[in-house]
Amino acid sequence: MTAPSPAPATTDTLLSVRDLTVEFGTKGQTPFRAVDGVSFDVRPGQTVGLVGESGCGKSVTSLAIMGLLPKRGNKVAGSATFDGTDLLTLDDREMRDRRGRDVAMIFQDPLSSLNPVVSIGVQVAEVLQRHRGMKKSAAMAESRDLLDKVGIPDPSRRLKEYPHQLSGGMRQRALIAMALACKPRLLIADEPTTALDVTIQAQILNLLKELVVDSGTALIMITHDLGVVAGLCDEVNVLYGGRIVETAPRHELFASPRHPYTNGLLGSIPRLDGARNEQLAAIPGSVADNIPWTSGCAFAPRCSRAIDVCRAETPSLEQDSVAIEDHLLRCHNPWPTGGEA
Amino acid sequence: MSETTSMLDKKDTAAEHEVLLDAQDVKVHFPIKRGVFFDKTVGHVFAVDGMTLQIRRGETYGLVGESGCGKSTFGRALLRLEEPTNGTVTFAGTDLSPLKGEALRTLRRHMQMVFQDPLSSLDPRQTVESLLLEGMRAHGLTKDAKAADARLRELLTAVGLPVAALRKYPHEFSGGQRQRIGIARALSVDPELIVADEPVSALDVSVQAQVINLLQDVQEQFGLTYLVIAHDLAVVRHISDRVGVMYLGSLVEEADSDGLYATPLHPYTRALMSAVPIPDPLIEDQREQIILAGDLPSPANPPSGCRFHTRCPWRQEERCDTERPQLRVVQIDGVPTSHRVACHYAEQIHSGEIERHEVSATAVDPSSLSDSPTVNTQENPGGPISAP
Ligand SMILES: Nc1ncnc2c1ncn2[C@@H]1O[C@H](COP(=O)(O)OP(=O)(O)OP(=O)(O)O)[C@@H](O)[C@H]1O
Ligand SMILES: Nc1ncnc2c1ncn2[C@@H]1O[C@H](COP(=O)(O)OP(=O)(O)OP(=O)(O)O)[C@@H](O)[C@H]1O
Ligand code: SF4
Ligand SMILES: [Mg+2]
Ligand SMILES: [Mg+2]
Repeated sequence: MTAPSPAPATTDTLLSVRDLTVEFGTKGQTPFRAVDGVSFDVRPGQTVGLVGESGCGKSVTSLAIMGLLPKRGNKVAGSATFDGTDLLTLDDREMRDRRGRDVAMIFQDPLSSLNPVVSIGVQVAEVLQRHRGMKKSAAMAESRDLLDKVGIPDPSRRLKEYPHQLSGGMRQRALIAMALACKPRLLIADEPTTALDVTIQAQILNLLKELVVDSGTALIMITHDLGVVAGLCDEVNVLYGGRIVETAPRHELFASPRHPYTNGLLGSIPRLDGARNEQLAAIPGSVADNIPWTSGCAFAPRCSRAIDVCRAETPSLEQDSVAIEDHLLRCHNPWPTGGEA
Repeated sequence: MSETTSMLDKKDTAAEHEVLLDAQDVKVHFPIKRGVFFDKTVGHVFAVDGMTLQIRRGETYGLVGESGCGKSTFGRALLRLEEPTNGTVTFAGTDLSPLKGEALRTLRRHMQMVFQDPLSSLDPRQTVESLLLEGMRAHGLTKDAKAADARLRELLTAVGLPVAALRKYPHEFSGGQRQRIGIARALSVDPELIVADEPVSALDVSVQAQVINLLQDVQEQFGLTYLVIAHDLAVVRHISDRVGVMYLGSLVEEADSDGLYATPLHPYTRALMSAVPIPDPLIEDQREQIILAGDLPSPANPPSGCRFHTRCPWRQEERCDTERPQLRVVQIDGVPTSHRVACHYAEQIHSGEIERHEVSATAVDPSSLSDSPTVNTQENPGGPISAP
C-alpha cells in the first residue's frame, strides 16, 4: 500500500481524509476497489475540488465521508477526521446527527433528496426545527427567508409548492436552502450543476461562492468539469481509477499541469476562447483499457508518455520536486514544468 | 494542419456558397390536450416558432441553446420526422413539404441523424453488422454482396473500429465506441447532410474529444454537410463554421463562429457566453459575468414581444415587450452582413449607450411546464429515425 503523502493535518484543518479506501463486492468475489488510498484536507472557508471522469470514484469518496454508502457489500478503510472525530467510526445515529448539524451534501439530482409529498417550505422548516430547535412558525418564516436568499423568486408562494412543481434549477436552490438551514461547517456538492443549463449553472455556482465567502463554510466540489474547477476551487485533486493522481492549488495546477492525465483532460476540452478547426488533443482509449494499480500506473495504456517502468511499478503520490508550491504527483514520467497541452 | 488549409480552400470555391438546406419560417406547435379523452386542445407548446436558416454545402452549422428551446424538434422537423405546423424546408432544391411515403423515404437517404446515444433505441439483439446493413439494404445498397462487405470495412476504418466489431452487440461497447457505430450507421447510406443532435454530450471529455475529431475527419473524407445541435457553446464553436443561437423557439443571433465569439451582439448570447466556464483560472477570475435571473419561460406561454425580455439585462421600456424583433443585419463597424441579430437595441447595447441593469427573477408558472400530458421529451424515440 502506498503511504498517503500529504503533510500531517494542521490545526486549522476542518476535515482530514487519510488513506480512504472503499471496496465493493460480496463474499467470494474479488472485491472492486472504487476508492484507493485517497487523502486530502479541507480548511474552513476553503473550496476543494475532486475532479475526474465518470467512475473515477468521486461520488463514492463523498458518500463514504458522509456515511451514506449502502449498508452491505462494501468495505471502508482509512479515516475522515472532522474536528477531531473520525466520521468513519460513528454509528448511524451519531452520523445522522452530524449530517444535519455539521456536514451537508447536495447532489446532481435534487429530486432524489427531496421528499416528493412534502412542500418545499415545510422541508426546509423541518431542518430548522430539528437542528436549530426553532418553533414551527419561526421556522416557516426563516424558511421563506432562506428560499429568498438562494434566489427563488416569489418565495412566499414557492414555500407551499412540491418538488415536482419546481424546475431543476429551483430544486437545486431548494436543496441548497436546506443545506444552509443547518449552517453546516462543511458542504459537499456532488456535481450540483451537471444536470442544469449553463446559465443556471452560473447562478448556482455564484450562490455557492457567496456561501463560502459569507459564512466560512468549507466546500468540497465534485465535478468532471475543469472549467468549473478553474473558477471555483482553491485546491484541486485530480482522480483517476480511484486514486488521486495530481493535487495542486488552482493556479499552479492550470499553469503547470504535470500529470499526463491532467494534461490530457485539458487538451481534450474545446475552449470557448480556443483556436478553432484544430484537432483536439484527445486521450486515446477509455477507462476500460486501464491496468490495475497494483501492477503499474492504471493510466499507462492510454498515456502518451508511458515508459517501461509505468507498466511495472506502481507510482506513488509524491511532492513534485520542481514545484515551489504544494504539488503532489503520481507519475513516473510527468510532463516537464509548463506542461504541453 | 492539412485539414485547416483544405477547409480554407473549400471556402473559395463556388460550391461553398451553394445552399444545401433552406428552412423558411419553420414552426412546430404541439397541441396541449386535456379532458377525459384528451380530445380538447387547451393550448400549444410553441416548440419551434419561426426558424429561418440556410445551410451551405460542405459547412458545419452549429445550433446552440438551452434545454427546451426547440433544437431537437427543429432538427427532426427538417427531416420531416416531426410534421411542421408552418414553413418550408428545401433540400438540394427539392421542397420537402409535399413529399410522402416512398419519395420522402428516398430523400431521407441523403439526410441522416446522429443522436446522443444512437444505439439506445436499437435492437440489442442485432449485431453491429446487421445494424449497419439494415440502412443500406433499405436503400438497395446491398445488392452486390462483395461491394457491401467492402463498404462495411471502409466504414469501420473511417470511424476507427476494428473489423471484429461487426460480430459484436451494442452493449459490448463503451459510450464512445457506440457513438462511433452511430456515426458509421449514418454514413452507411452515403448521405449528404448529417444532423447530429447532441452527439457528444453523454460522453466523458477525453472521449468527447475523440468523437469531435472523428466527426471532423469523416466530414473531410466524405464531403459532408453538418447541422450540429448542442447545448455546449464551446463544443459548437469549436466544430462549426457558422453558429445559430436559439432561444425559446427561434434564432436570436447568427454569425460565423469567430465573429460570434469576438462580437456577441444579442444580450442572450452575451449571457450564455459569459456563463460557459473556461478552464483557466486567470481568465475565470477576471471575466465579466452576466448572471441571468430566473428560468427559461415555458414555451407553452412564451413572453410577448422579444421572448428574452423577461430576463434581459438591457431591456428597454419601449418595444421590447410589445414588438417581436426580427433577425436583422446591424450597422456596426467591422460586423459583416452575415452576422444577424434579433434585438431592437443591438447597436446601442454594443456601443454602450444602453447599459446593463438589474433584473429580478419572475417566477415561471410551473403548471405550464408539467401539465401537458402529450409532452414527449424523449431524446431518441426510436421508430422512424432508424428506418431510413
Ligand atoms: N454500490 C456500489 N456497488 C458496486 N460498485 C459501485 C457502487 N457504487 C459505485 N460503484 C463503482 O465504483 C466506481 C466509482 O463510482 P463513483 O460513483 O464514485 O464514480 P464517479 O467518479 O462519481 O463517476 P460519475 O462522474 O459518473 O458520477 C464505479 O466503477 C462504480 O461503478
Ligand atoms: N411531442 C411533443 N409534444 C409536446 N411537446 C413537445 C414534444 N416534443 C418536444 N416538446 C416540447 O417542446 C419544447 C422543445 O423541445 P426540444 O426537445 O426540441 O428542446 P431541445 O432544445 O432539444 O432541448 P434539450 O436540450 O433538452 O434536448 C420543450 O418544451 C418540449 O417539452
Ligand atoms: S430586444 Fe430588448 S429585451 Fe430583447 S434582447 Fe434586445 S434589449 Fe433585450
Ligand atoms: Mg458521481
Ligand atoms: Mg434536444
